[in-house]
Amino acid sequence: MAERLKPVDVVTIGVGLTGSLMALELAKTGLKVVGIERGAPRFTVPDFQSPAIHDELRFSVRKGMMQDNVKEAVTFRNASDETALPIRRWGSFLPGTGLGGSFVHWNGQSFRFQAADFIYKTHIEQRYGKKILDPELTIQDWGVTYDELEPHFDRFEYLCGVSGKAGNIKGAIQPGGNPFEAPRAREYPTPPMKEPYFGALFRKGAANLGYHPYPQPSANLSQPYVNPEGLALQSCVFCGFCERYACEHFAKASPQTVILPALLKNPNYELRTNCQVLRINLDNTRKKATGVTYADATGREFEQPADLVLITAFPLNNVRLLLLSGIGKPYDPKTGEGVVGRNYCYQTTGGATVFMDESINVNPFMASGANGTMIDDFGGDNFDHGPLGFIGGQYVGAIMTGGRPIEFHPTPPGTPNWGLKWKQAVARHYNHTVLLQQHGTSTASRLNYLDLDPTYKDAWGLPLLRMTFDFPENDIRMSQYIADKVVEIGRAMGGKAVIRGGTKRPYTTTVYQSTHNAGGAAMGDDPRTSVVNRYLQCWDVPNVFSVGASAFPQNGAYNYSVTIGALTYWALDAIKNRYLKAPGPLVRI
Amino acid sequence: MVEISRRTVLKAASLVGVAVLPQSRAAAAPTSAGTQPILYLFLNSEEAAFVEAAVSRLIPDDDQWPGALKAGVPGYIDKQLAGAWGAGERLYRSGPWRPGTPSQGYQLPFTPAELFRTSLAAINKELAHATPFARMSSEQQDAYLTHLEKGGKDLGGVPSDVFFTHLWESTLEGFFSDPVYGGNRDMAAWRMIGFPGAYASYYDVVDRHGIKIDRAPTSIGEDPHGGIHINPGIPAREP
Repeated sequence: MAERLKPVDVVTIGVGLTGSLMALELAKTGLKVVGIERGAPRFTVPDFQSPAIHDELRFSVRKGMMQDNVKEAVTFRNASDETALPIRRWGSFLPGTGLGGSFVHWNGQSFRFQAADFIYKTHIEQRYGKKILDPELTIQDWGVTYDELEPHFDRFEYLCGVSGKAGNIKGAIQPGGNPFEAPRAREYPTPPMKEPYFGALFRKGAANLGYHPYPQPSANLSQPYVNPEGLALQSCVFCGFCERYACEHFAKASPQTVILPALLKNPNYELRTNCQVLRINLDNTRKKATGVTYADATGREFEQPADLVLITAFPLNNVRLLLLSGIGKPYDPKTGEGVVGRNYCYQTTGGATVFMDESINVNPFMASGANGTMIDDFGGDNFDHGPLGFIGGQYVGAIMTGGRPIEFHPTPPGTPNWGLKWKQAVARHYNHTVLLQQHGTSTASRLNYLDLDPTYKDAWGLPLLRMTFDFPENDIRMSQYIADKVVEIGRAMGGKAVIRGGTKRPYTTTVYQSTHNAGGAAMGDDPRTSVVNRYLQCWDVPNVFSVGASAFPQNGAYNYSVTIGALTYWALDAIKNRYLKAPGPLVRI
Repeated sequence: MVEISRRTVLKAASLVGVAVLPQSRAAAAPTSAGTQPILYLFLNSEEAAFVEAAVSRLIPDDDQWPGALKAGVPGYIDKQLAGAWGAGERLYRSGPWRPGTPSQGYQLPFTPAELFRTSLAAINKELAHATPFARMSSEQQDAYLTHLEKGGKDLGGVPSDVFFTHLWESTLEGFFSDPVYGGNRDMAAWRMIGFPGAYASYYDVVDRHGIKIDRAPTSIGEDPHGGIHINPGIPAREP
């Protein structure tokens, strides 16, 4: 029997980006907030320090900061006529765990989604008509517009101190920035990072082809910065251990650097780590949450009553908690009815490997997680899709994040898989190879969804999440079209040999692609096609908000953390200014 | 500008690296790489003989750089199998067990330690009345490894390509990981490719495009020498 605890005003399930940001702002209003985190407490000092943090085997290969599959995995199949089996070791995506969540091991790639992304269905149908959409595609509008979110993007970028060069300030195109970006109110908080050699090589090649290279916006900072909470960030030193690592230098925006020091000082906040939330409890009307039940590190169960429950876990786990708690109608792919698990999306990636002359020392190890140079000429809907017969796009860039050799040891086509010739090729090409990335939209399909697995359980005896996913044909066409353009850029950079990338079917869980799992608890204006309203409030249980990329109805081209941050601030505004004054549905149908 | 060949620079870097080493580390470096006996904690003598011979072919010596054996890879693999990784750390281990599609990844009940033990027992049994792998010629060893890599051969329940993948990935890890794990002895693999290791900062040089880094690499095990916090302007403390 769970021990019943003293009621609080707010509980957050997960203390990562969204959980800590929600708690920071709500605790300031005087509400009593409890943050429940399944993983361990951890801080820049002493937990993220050198030399131990610079360990490729432990963090990149053994995935030391990720959700422990022994306790919780996800089952997977490409199509609903297959039997889903557990992803027994993480591969294609890497959900983080522990205080700060995935916002600790992220690369710091800090984009805003584009204006068209938020009105995707409307935009695509207006520009191209309905015929461009394959029948299985289920794209929809978000219910919120870019203009509504712009102040929240701005606020989040200034919380993180993002380093970049604006391309569009209030409609005026800015030299050096991304001319395709949506208008922003002002410059980035800090200037762009230094450009490494691989970026300079890409810049030259892309510019020669008439494209528009710009510095990747980065939450690894170019210079010291103090954020509005009074928290200081340092300059990134390009140590090359960013992606899959925590930053030892206070240079990467993370809950530990830009949120938690302020939050943990607030007496209205209590953090509980190593506590696994098992379900959200509903009253007998099933329309009101009474709190959550969780198990602590010893396995003891507690019931934490709360007036407001915020689901702030990794997107996949948000969806799983809704399903485990019976909030919202689960999606049924046969009928197309139901919403929870619907429109699960991923990220359509690709890239090329460009082998340079031996005189070019690329020095890939001098890198941060987000110091690329890139172009948006093929991003989103920045090019005419009419004659192409697909929607969506990808950014393309030279974004190398450290050249750590267990993961990075490129060899040109025709090299044996092992042996003397392999070894000689690795020695020859390691410091003379540039990786180019394609990173793009994932279009929602009625065939792709999340539900609970009928067979496999977690360490607490609860069903694992089941993922049914393959790349829609639309996205394959998109990625393959852009792959040709990337090869041309590789050649324009002076590549002696270029290995073409581009996404192919089937999607496989064994090869790393992206940790931008999205959708499954979509936001929108219509309860028949969304789980939460435009303020991320559950339609069926108004005192529960499901916050994060699970709310994306489909995924945009960019790395999504900054868009999650903006959505969180947007929802916070509605909670603080409207919900708390009159708790109940913020949108009535 | 005078062109200096990569080989010359690397050789020079290597020499400089040795020259500036503190006495303690120089003393710890193997005087004759690969001749020290390895203390095996997990592998038995027959298993170890296979692993030593196999990694010697996967990443062989050449006239400049040691291969996987001299880099200490068998010891690395042994310690990994003896520890948490071998026991199935971060591996979801509940059944039911079904053969999956390639997209679904590894679906066998074996932990890495069980997988190596099972596979190596099957290989050594097969070769018990033939030439043991370790005593084959290099050409025969390469042919045997290629045969395993291709798959279609059952090793006591482990498909041979699955075993080969585990062997190859472990060899790569041991060759390229930080030497604190027992492989990459003297950071030879890092010297070979020009990876400087665990330096904490390239802030001052990241925009000096195309320079050659001519310092010896640094292991995380060397931090007591102050080699990792090389930018004193950015101390590791609460700002």
